[in-house]
Amino acid sequence: MIEVRELRREFKVATSKGLRRNYKTVTAVDGVTFDVAAGEAVGYVGPNGAGKSTTIKMLTGILVPTSGHLTVNGVDPSKQRRDLARRIGVVFGQRSQLWWDLPLKDSFDLLRSIYRVSAQDHRARLDECVELLGLQETLQIPVRQLSLGQRMRGEITAALLHAPELLVLDEPTIGLDLESKERLREFLADLNTRRGTTLLLTTHDLDDIERLCPRLMVIDHGRVLADGPLDELRAEVTPERELVIDLREPGPAPDVPGVTAVRSEAGGLRHHLTFRRAETTAAQLITQVVRQVEVHDLAVVEPEIDDVIRKLYQRQLDQDAHR
Amino acid sequence: MAEFVYPKLIGARLRSQLSYRASFAIDFVTQVIAQGYEMVVILVLFTQIDALGGFTKNEVLLMYAFAGAAFGVADLFAGQLDNLPTYIRTGSFDVLLMRPLRTLPQIMCSDIRLRRIGRITGALAVMFYALAHVPVDWSPAKVLLTVLTPVAGAVIYSAVWVVACSICFWIVEGREFANAVTYGSNAFTSYPINVYSRPLRWLMAFVVPGAFVAYYPSLALLGRQDPLGLPGWVGWTSPLVAALAAGVAALVWRFAVRHYRGTGS
Repeated sequence: MIEVRELRREFKVATSKGLRRNYKTVTAVDGVTFDVAAGEAVGYVGPNGAGKSTTIKMLTGILVPTSGHLTVNGVDPSKQRRDLARRIGVVFGQRSQLWWDLPLKDSFDLLRSIYRVSAQDHRARLDECVELLGLQETLQIPVRQLSLGQRMRGEITAALLHAPELLVLDEPTIGLDLESKERLREFLADLNTRRGTTLLLTTHDLDDIERLCPRLMVIDHGRVLADGPLDELRAEVTPERELVIDLREPGPAPDVPGVTAVRSEAGGLRHHLTFRRAETTAAQLITQVVRQVEVHDLAVVEPEIDDVIRKLYQRQLDQDAHR
Repeated sequence: MAEFVYPKLIGARLRSQLSYRASFAIDFVTQVIAQGYEMVVILVLFTQIDALGGFTKNEVLLMYAFAGAAFGVADLFAGQLDNLPTYIRTGSFDVLLMRPLRTLPQIMCSDIRLRRIGRITGALAVMFYALAHVPVDWSPAKVLLTVLTPVAGAVIYSAVWVVACSICFWIVEGREFANAVTYGSNAFTSYPINVYSRPLRWLMAFVVPGAFVAYYPSLALLGRQDPLGLPGWVGWTSPLVAALAAGVAALVWRFAVRHYRGTGS
């Protein structure tokens, strides 16, 4: 679906010193390589200015790469921008493609003409989105009067009316309240699993990734730091997992080889144990623990995704320092 | 089906404007007054003089009316380009690039300045008045010329608009410059060009083809010799000049958008 090889994009930035104007070349995307297969759902994350949006703009044909190879749906986006536009859907969380002063429905009608969708297909797709996203009440309201959550659902519907095989979302949940976010995620997850639409989304909200994307790509300073299933990345950068046990009676932490007791709480009622996932499984550990102490409750805690990403950055910084 | 897209986009824009009815009415009236105001300048001028560059009051009014109508129509379609800096700054231009349509027609249809109809109405009224009061040896060809002149003029002005606004892709706040060229050339072409100095005339006739908006067609219509010595058939070439200008404008726009997307620089 997407094939990216050594993709680079530079910008000339003007820096003025007094009256003199100098141009400095900034590399926003610096040799990025990845593939996305049809039907995948990929999260593309990184801090502000990491190169996420620039990559998205190159994938959608808005910007032309400085160098490197890039195909989306078998097409070179910068050369066949309009052909590609018919086959992909794009949602920018921070800008609208709807007609501000017109009822939401009018925007959908216009998009039908723009993308040359038959009336029948349009009807069917619109009805489906309206139902799943709960847009019935909003169709006749001018876009400028919609809430952000309603507008975002409208934007996503707008991007799907021509049945794209790939949906690219740039910060789709930005600024939404929890309920709206959840609704959107549910819809997108369904779109991916049931209809097989490929998803590529950038986000700052790591819950989006956890919920939607089996695969995570982390980018910083224009380079891909990590690419893989969320679980694997977690295992790689945080090899330790944590087991939290609540005892029936206060007491010392159970002593199991290969396990470190990090801290205890509530006067010895709760203990935090860490273990390396390469050496032991949670099941083995639990069997050993319940043999020693009487356990009231226990939970295996996975490291937070934020921690994973922070560690990936740190690892990259360390590597750079060694070079 | 594609050819129906743009009328629909325009229709959408009209509906949005009509959702602000009062402001539309006010704008419309303001525009009629603005157009009339410029005419008063000419009328006042002619209380002091009998002829301007050898042309009578009504002949000058005819040129002024041709220029006004052409500019009004151009403004209707190309005027939106004044918003290009905003499009670029807010990223709306990226939204245009994301669609399976060309960017220039999308921008042109993105907003129709309906209030400009006020300006066009005013200019047409003056045009009919002037046509009734100048000596024209009417023939079918001259009727056609009268109809085609504002259309060709509108295309020429639009082309100038596109070229001037393309600068915003390099200098985002290039709007002042663009306006100087577009509104400036309107003010310029409303008068017989032989009143201007030679370099300015040369610039207006052949670089910015403003002289073909009103001056040369008016000469042909009136059956007058060009005081500057160009042959009589030049007055009939405005549609050709318009087509050429449109072609050049399309090329410049394309080059500018390429620069924006990152290959032109």
